[in-house]
Amino acid sequence: MVIISKETRVIVQGMTGHQGTFHSGEMIKFGTNVVAGVSPGKAGTKVNGVDVYNNVIDTLPLKPDASMISVPAPFVRDAALEAMENGIKLIYILTEHVPVHDTMELYHEARRKGVFMIGPNSPGITVPGQAKIGIMPNNIFRVGDVAVASRSGTLTYEIVKAVTDAGFGESTVIGLGGDPIVGTTFSDIIKIFNDDPQTKQIVLVGEIGGNEEEKAAKYIKEHVKKPVTGYITGISAPPGKKMGHAGAIIEKGTGTAESKIKAFEDAGIKVASYPDDIPALLRK
Amino acid sequence: MNLYEYMGKEIFRKYGIPVPDGYVIENVGELKKFEYPVAIKSQILSGKRGKAGGIKFAKNAEDLKTYSEQLLNSTINNLTVKKLLIERMLNIKKELYLSITLDRATKQPVIILSADGGMEIESVPEENIHKIYIDPMVGYSDYIAREALSYLPIENRKQFSSLLESLYKAFVGEDALLTEINPLVIDGENNIIAGDSKVIIDDNALYRHKDYMITDPDKTELENEAATKSFTFIEMDGDIGVIANGAGLTMATMDALTLHKLKPRNFLDLGGTDNIEIVEDAFSFVMRARPKLIFVNIFGGVTKADTVANGIVSSKKKFDIKQQIVVRLSGVHEEEGQKILLESGIKAFNNMTDAVKELSKIQGVE
Repeated sequence: MVIISKETRVIVQGMTGHQGTFHSGEMIKFGTNVVAGVSPGKAGTKVNGVDVYNNVIDTLPLKPDASMISVPAPFVRDAALEAMENGIKLIYILTEHVPVHDTMELYHEARRKGVFMIGPNSPGITVPGQAKIGIMPNNIFRVGDVAVASRSGTLTYEIVKAVTDAGFGESTVIGLGGDPIVGTTFSDIIKIFNDDPQTKQIVLVGEIGGNEEEKAAKYIKEHVKKPVTGYITGISAPPGKKMGHAGAIIEKGTGTAESKIKAFEDAGIKVASYPDDIPALLRK
Repeated sequence: MNLYEYMGKEIFRKYGIPVPDGYVIENVGELKKFEYPVAIKSQILSGKRGKAGGIKFAKNAEDLKTYSEQLLNSTINNLTVKKLLIERMLNIKKELYLSITLDRATKQPVIILSADGGMEIESVPEENIHKIYIDPMVGYSDYIAREALSYLPIENRKQFSSLLESLYKAFVGEDALLTEINPLVIDGENNIIAGDSKVIIDDNALYRHKDYMITDPDKTELENEAATKSFTFIEMDGDIGVIANGAGLTMATMDALTLHKLKPRNFLDLGGTDNIEIVEDAFSFVMRARPKLIFVNIFGGVTKADTVANGIVSSKKKFDIKQQIVVRLSGVHEEEGQKILLESGIKAFNNMTDAVKELSKIQGVE
């Protein structure tokens, strides 16, 4: 188990919103210890039986150590800075369409303060049998030893379900987020998975754009003994077009599916052609 | 969003970066009395405009009119010229390169400098390109200009320092992904002037910059229209209309089709929705792209499978869809969705590979 557990005390910024209400409810059902909600002007109300406060500072007596941020994009920077300033050490940002200048500032502020930041535009993190912070469907997981890191939401569910249906289970599943800049990258998470005793093998789900997959492949080649399986999406994407994810764009021949697949193969990573092929490549 | 040169120069002017005097026309009736010689610059979003004949120089009013008539509505690098920028000619002594962009690897703004301006930065040898990284939480400081000046043959240090600071302010203030000046011109009087502009604004930050709400010339008509909807729609050149949910799954769907020698007509990420009208909207765009066959690939989560199923059935009626629709439904409310489709005679799979195989069979490709 890494990053979060049953004991992690979670607040939800934007808890009274549509997404905040629904997903905090699902998180509680999954076993997550949601200790408070934060929605400015909504103090005194309850959502899913949990008290809502106006500010993060008002929740500090409850000793929160993680925050899920589910507020509209224009308010994400402010909400995340509020959480970091109040000493929250794990911040997960669900929201998509956050301006990249805002994310860039949050990235550097998080590194400076030693905050583990996931997202934006991410489905979150799930440790089956322990807790989830995010929006992944509850019923696709089983406790096990396969760690999954992915840049996509729905595709993560597709792959986790395939892994579970094939009789495996997951140690940790993390969606890094589909934006050009996100708080946690493949390189960060691969080190954590490598050190996690529960994780026996790793699945990386990458996509076109950027060079994080290539960097992770280099690290795996040099440091990781656990078996790694990979899948890269976007092989059919036309250059210059943004494929839904702001980060998924091929520019001037870099960040292509081909270069990422080659980097994976060079690092000894087994590469699947389809999401459905992944279970067959896992070590029994 | 890419901005035209004249729009980029308006931003430069706003931040105090010197640009040549000039004005924009859409027809020759708008030509003004101006100091000659002038440059006539086609406003298209394409590099190598000059080489393609998109920039001309006029010594007098007669030339100006002739060249403007030639350029307006002509096609350069496959783009139609709708506007011209008429600018005072600069007395160029030296051309340099200067830009600020977002470095994805270090997640920082980076200033890129070169004493070789006026050409494509990609063709300048690596050792002649200098990079200065800025910590976004610390911001700009004067030492950055001093470092930059150590790489560039510039006498007017004060003017350059002020220009660089202004460019950084424009980069941050306008939520730019790129602000580029190429060439950065040093004229006969040692003044420093932006000869051209290339500015790209972050689409996600457009709510802070409503002035740039223009039609994106990089998109097709249908794509521009779809941009106002709550899903992402991109046209491609195949024949299978695609509706999927989640950018990653939609991309994986296109990949699976391509690997099976099937050609997608479009990319459509429905996003997270529980709304039949959004499904119908999605179908309306896919149908207007005239696909031969339709593939709906849904993994329910936030999006409910039964909502999509109802949306498929109602779209079929509403748009009188004759094309065959192949559906894959998994996840939340999968059984309900499958039942709804079955009742109206649409075959649904709960696994992507099986659905793609069915499409291959219908299309007759192995």
